[in-house]
Amino acid sequence: MARALRGKVAVVGIGTAGMGEAPGRSAIELLAEAALAALDDAGLSLAEVDGLFTATSVHAFPTLSVGEYLGIRPRFFDGTNVGGSSFEAHLLHAAIALEAGFCDVALIAYGSNQRTAGGKFVSFSEPYAWEAPYRPRVPLTAYALAASRHMHVYGTTREMLAEVAVAARAWANLNPQAFAKGPLTIADVLASRMVSDPLTVLDCCLVTDGAAACVLTRADRAKDLRKPPVYYLGAAGAQWHRAISAMPDLTITAAAESGPRALAHAGVSIGEVNLAMLYDAFTINTILFLEDLGFCPKGEGGRFVQGGAIAPGGKLAVNTNGGGLSCVHPGMYGMFLIVEAVTQLRGEAGERQVRPCDVALVHGNGGTLSSQVTAILGSARTV
Amino acid sequence: MTTEPSPGPEAQFRAFLAEGRLMLQRSRTTGRYVFFPRIAVPGSGERDLEWVEASGLGTVYATTVTRQRPNPDGSSADYNIALIDLDEGVRMMSRVEGIPPTEVRIGMRVKARIATIDGAPQVVFDPA
Repeated sequence: MARALRGKVAVVGIGTAGMGEAPGRSAIELLAEAALAALDDAGLSLAEVDGLFTATSVHAFPTLSVGEYLGIRPRFFDGTNVGGSSFEAHLLHAAIALEAGFCDVALIAYGSNQRTAGGKFVSFSEPYAWEAPYRPRVPLTAYALAASRHMHVYGTTREMLAEVAVAARAWANLNPQAFAKGPLTIADVLASRMVSDPLTVLDCCLVTDGAAACVLTRADRAKDLRKPPVYYLGAAGAQWHRAISAMPDLTITAAAESGPRALAHAGVSIGEVNLAMLYDAFTINTILFLEDLGFCPKGEGGRFVQGGAIAPGGKLAVNTNGGGLSCVHPGMYGMFLIVEAVTQLRGEAGERQVRPCDVALVHGNGGTLSSQVTAILGSARTV
Repeated sequence: MTTEPSPGPEAQFRAFLAEGRLMLQRSRTTGRYVFFPRIAVPGSGERDLEWVEASGLGTVYATTVTRQRPNPDGSSADYNIALIDLDEGVRMMSRVEGIPPTEVRIGMRVKARIATIDGAPQVVFDPA
């Protein structure tokens, strides 16, 4: 059944709002702007939305808040919140709901004003009793611990971590929507302020505002809409822990499970992937996910990224919008991964366009390397 | 129907700590240790957990230094956070004290001590 979803539904519209800084705007205002932009992109009306999928860092009951704000009375709704990968999970759930006929037009949406609302990472995630007394900075501490372990076991260096940030910036410099621009060198990253060893402030994602949304329909309808459909080929999620202290091995994420399952559902091999959108909340993430998803052997991620290998002109196009590190990161970044993959698969990415781009792997991460959801999207040539 | 009030595993663990004892749960049949304290062994569900005194010995599995603005007197406010693998085979978050936070190394042997943090007994570690 999982495999039977391949090519049956498609992303038909995408939208963003308030990328970077949006002073004076609330999270739900930004979310609604992105949602309407996505519907306009598809040539669909708000009244046609009957499937609602959403999560934010500020709404306890997100489908209720968003449904009320936009005036949607969905036949099917899903407010799954597993952190930043929620939107990849929504993609999977929307595909199931559309194909099963529970809804006809599915909207996935996210919005945040985290930067202008205070500039701090916003989360209503509850304190974790077995960690809180030691005052971890969640999620930073968790990723620093994972990086320390990866360096210890595999000889990964701070220079290799820095290479991830440098590649992300080089892509951001080609993206008019990216927030952090300008030259960045490995030396710059190494010399920046240490925040939680071995991670410096430039190993960490941005804190921005921003909203993003996408609209899906079944494939038969998608063909007649305004933009070329981007097909859902497969998706899968995996979760092995909640808190970093309960993660079995800090160098192996559940992406090692979600990735192969998603690829199998999609009938795609890792070598066929033209674009990898990997949730880069911290530089160590990209390295871990390159390994766990099978782009390189376990432990080789640091060496894989060296020499500009994931930068423009490198051997694998990774995070071509500039990533959470240099494009946008309003707290839960997963929806922006989907928007960039769709932009690339449509051939609308301008200066940063990947050629050819028929298969994109979108990998969302949530919590502290906790929830891992992989989705494979493809152009018309893949179905 | 009411149930006799009885402290759950979490409350029992904290009561032991307040007595100065670091106790771990162990499954009688499988011998497997469990942390954090639960009502059953995760994954397999055995409910035959008994409390046993931990050796207190462990090894640093991962470590970081949380960088802070210096204290008003100019001294460093940076502090260590580490994941410690206890010899019994369970892992916990804690911190290593008694040496500068930057000197904590993965693989370092450490020994548990019960300290008071924010008014409550908690487990910290010193180099063994």
